[in-house]
Amino acid sequence: MKPNSPSERLYNGIIKENPTFVLLLGMCPTLAVTTSAMNGLGMGLTTMVILALSNMFISMLRKVIPDTVRVPAFIVVVASFVTIVQFLLEGFIPSLYDSLGIYIPLIVVNCIILGRAEAYASKNGVISSLFDGIGMGLGFTLGLTCIGIVRELFGAGQIFGFQIMPSFYTPITIFILAPGAFFVLAFLVAFQNKMKIGSAKKGIDPSNSVSCGGGCASCGNSACKGKRG
Amino acid sequence: MKELLLIGIGSALVNNVVLSQFMGLCPFLGVSKKIDTALGMGGAVIFVLTLSSLVTSLIYQFILIPSNMEYLQTIVFILVIAALVQFVEMFLKKTMPALYQSLGVYLPLITTNCAVLGVALVNVQKSYNVIQGTVNGLATAIGFTISITLMAGIREKIEYNDIPKSFQGFPIVLLTAGLMAIAFFGFSGLI
Repeated sequence: MKPNSPSERLYNGIIKENPTFVLLLGMCPTLAVTTSAMNGLGMGLTTMVILALSNMFISMLRKVIPDTVRVPAFIVVVASFVTIVQFLLEGFIPSLYDSLGIYIPLIVVNCIILGRAEAYASKNGVISSLFDGIGMGLGFTLGLTCIGIVRELFGAGQIFGFQIMPSFYTPITIFILAPGAFFVLAFLVAFQNKMKIGSAKKGIDPSNSVSCGGGCASCGNSACKGKRG
Repeated sequence: MKELLLIGIGSALVNNVVLSQFMGLCPFLGVSKKIDTALGMGGAVIFVLTLSSLVTSLIYQFILIPSNMEYLQTIVFILVIAALVQFVEMFLKKTMPALYQSLGVYLPLITTNCAVLGVALVNVQKSYNVIQGTVNGLATAIGFTISITLMAGIREKIEYNDIPKSFQGFPIVLLTAGLMAIAFFGFSGLI
């Protein structure tokens, strides 16, 4: 696959640099809204729409925005799209709007969006930025839906509202409460580490992934610092 | 007064910002390796969050509502917060170099902390007035400091434990956070 071609961007976002499982970005919505598969899917798709639109828009404006004020400019673009999408959801899918609640406006501070604007859209063409946004968004959707399915299955015995577990199964309610989010993500990351240790990527120290979790904050930090100076 | 106390306890302990709202997870996981740095981060968050909830409440009550522009809240709040963090950083650097030395590194990190925007939005959602909003901000920040400091203390001990290889690093921290979240359920009887 050619670099920066649409298919390469999609592959990169969904598999190679999956924001949830590989980059560990956007932890706040990942844990907060995945109480059911449907919520995870809804949040993922909402983020994808905003990510794709803002990536496209920022890429169009990349030669207009002065270097020194680009982070505030990106934030304004992202916040505007978030506001628009929030109203669309409120008008057309009120049930999703109610269940996601405050986490819709909080998409503004999702590190994935600002991260992709900074790392990709501000340097590349409109079409590849759009597909980068879609790819990353799909990867994020995949991650959220997976976590949502696990939590809904154990916590309520259902997937997407359909009864899966036999009737004698007593739901483990803790899975849809706050602690369950931490446990499920812990086991998913541990499982992934296990695969990595076994595979050829032996050089990667699993403890590094913590710095990655913080990397979200610290990347934004070093990136901002340089520009703000 | 009683009402303010209830808001305070509610946001600091019962609905702890990290462990039950999942806001501010980035610094919670990233800056919780040492108690000292965790306390520093907590101090910076208390400072900024109190100030920002005061400022955003004022702006919402006295600018956005009178001019019927409530729909702009997300955009206005995030810009105000970013500008405020920048301003606080410059102000501290000039006037209180000692405090800046201890908080300085953590300040830029706070813009990416979704708790700051989250509290501003919660204040609007629950239609708190300026005083209630500020108390809510302060209490939320105290709750953040409590949980990140506890986490740092636990992580300092975990360092010496023999953890299965695939659970080292991020997963064991998440498991610890999960157990802490269960412990914090105990506070729900308080109010």
